[in-house]
Amino acid sequence: MDLQELEKRFQEKIDKEIKIEPNDWMPDEYRKTLIRQISQHAHSEIVGMLPEGNWITRAPNLRRKAVLLAKVQDEAGHGLYLYSSVETLGADREATIDDLHSGKAKYSSIFNYPAVTWADIGTIGWLVDGAAIMNQVALCRCSYGPYARGMVKICKEESFHQRQGFESLVTLCNGTPTQKAMAQDAMNRFWWPALMMFGPSDADSPHSAQSMKWKIKRFSNDELRQSFVDATVPQAEILGLTIPDPNLKWNEETGHYDFSPINWDEFWQVVNGNGPCNKERVEARKKAKEEGMWVREAAMAYAEKRAMRKTA
Amino acid sequence: MKNEALYNYVLRLGDDSLILGQRLGEWCGHGPILEEDIAMTNISLDLIGQAMSLLDYAGELDGQGKDHDDLAFLRFEHEYRNALLVEQPNGDFANTMMRQFLFDAFRKPLYEKMLASTDKQLAAIAEKSLKETRYHLKHTSEWIIRMGDGTDESHQRAQTALDLLWRYTDELFSETSDDQLLISAGIAPSMLDVKAEWSKTVKEVLQEATLVIPTNNWQFEGGRRGVHSEHLGYLLAELQYMQRAYPNMKW
Repeated sequence: MDLQELEKRFQEKIDKEIKIEPNDWMPDEYRKTLIRQISQHAHSEIVGMLPEGNWITRAPNLRRKAVLLAKVQDEAGHGLYLYSSVETLGADREATIDDLHSGKAKYSSIFNYPAVTWADIGTIGWLVDGAAIMNQVALCRCSYGPYARGMVKICKEESFHQRQGFESLVTLCNGTPTQKAMAQDAMNRFWWPALMMFGPSDADSPHSAQSMKWKIKRFSNDELRQSFVDATVPQAEILGLTIPDPNLKWNEETGHYDFSPINWDEFWQVVNGNGPCNKERVEARKKAKEEGMWVREAAMAYAEKRAMRKTA
Repeated sequence: MKNEALYNYVLRLGDDSLILGQRLGEWCGHGPILEEDIAMTNISLDLIGQAMSLLDYAGELDGQGKDHDDLAFLRFEHEYRNALLVEQPNGDFANTMMRQFLFDAFRKPLYEKMLASTDKQLAAIAEKSLKETRYHLKHTSEWIIRMGDGTDESHQRAQTALDLLWRYTDELFSETSDDQLLISAGIAPSMLDVKAEWSKTVKEVLQEATLVIPTNNWQFEGGRRGVHSEHLGYLLAELQYMQRAYPNMKW
């Protein structure tokens, strides 16, 4: 069968909503796109552990400490599923991690912003996990089977995190003026970076059209961003927090909220390494791998010794 | 106070869990392998859960309306009753695993014997915690063996950790004169019995790991009576930061 025919049949399967599985034929570009997207998703989960992990030792009470530990642990678990999904495409987990460490692979830029107060933890849960869910719910219907199935479980946990984050902010917003101000300050810092999580606007998103055709993506960046704003504004009202955008207002005609243009210069600066914590995040991950090398070597050496003793 | 001896006893158990759980939480995001990052935060989570049950019970025995957070966050350094072992810094992965192994090997027989406690609350906490502790001990024993019998480097690191931490192990089994009352009443198990089992587990695992018990058997103590190492102050500064900086607020 020639390449053209294979590609035609592949697209027919996609159009009929038949999932693509690891052993099925797929275009090289489809495979490459998925390896890039899923490994970057995995890296985001792992790097995302750092800003929140930094508050585990300072959580204000034991219940919040336990909840945060469980949340960050879930994220490590998501990273594991996602790295496993990448491996079904023939990629090597450690090689994709090395790409993260060399700066070749990206991760969600939001994690390059610092978590400086306790309110940031609730805000990350509410806004960042909330924005992630918008993206990820759509990915549950992604054409690649292992990724789509992994996302179903991940979405359940993310939606739990989002509610926990919101609940934590409800406590702050019903607390003392100091606590409320802490929540507002976190909102001011995280709102715009959260909107940037959906990526460049459709006009500047080079891979989008092909990904939509392959049903890796189901909605455009701008559509998802709009859904997020529409869903989040009423939640901010419940909290009594002000969204830091003077142009935010309901548009009767479109049935959506209008909002100010995004500062794309900041977005690209952070993507390209100039965010407040880019260096720290990658350094922390590199250090963990380098300092863990002897542990992995020991585990391998022991496994080999044991296997040899068995055969001896 | 209804039962001061029991209060002190439960407080010690709760503080051990709290401080060790806090230490393990420091690893989050920095573990040597992703699977171990999950394992260490999981053990931390179990220990924080145990601390909540134990400190709530201590608060109840104290009878002044204190809950687990009052006890965890609002005491001064000398009022913590954890053993010196659990406040020792994480060091490298070998040091963290060795500290955890020496502790788990103590906690498992302690909880097993506590199942028969005449104090129903203590027996119930022991039952729940024992399930978790069995997993912890299995996990840490496997790592001690893997490291000890792995590469030269891992063997050296595990031995160094053992040499450093051995001096803090005796304190785990210390008993006060008040404890004797609890033992006679069938509330607390005898530490002699717990230590016998601990020694057996530790010897077996260390032998399989080809590690050697240090010949210097000088033992430190102090934590159980509130005299701690320099490390605890820093740990508490982080643990208590929010409660001290923003007093009397609900989070």
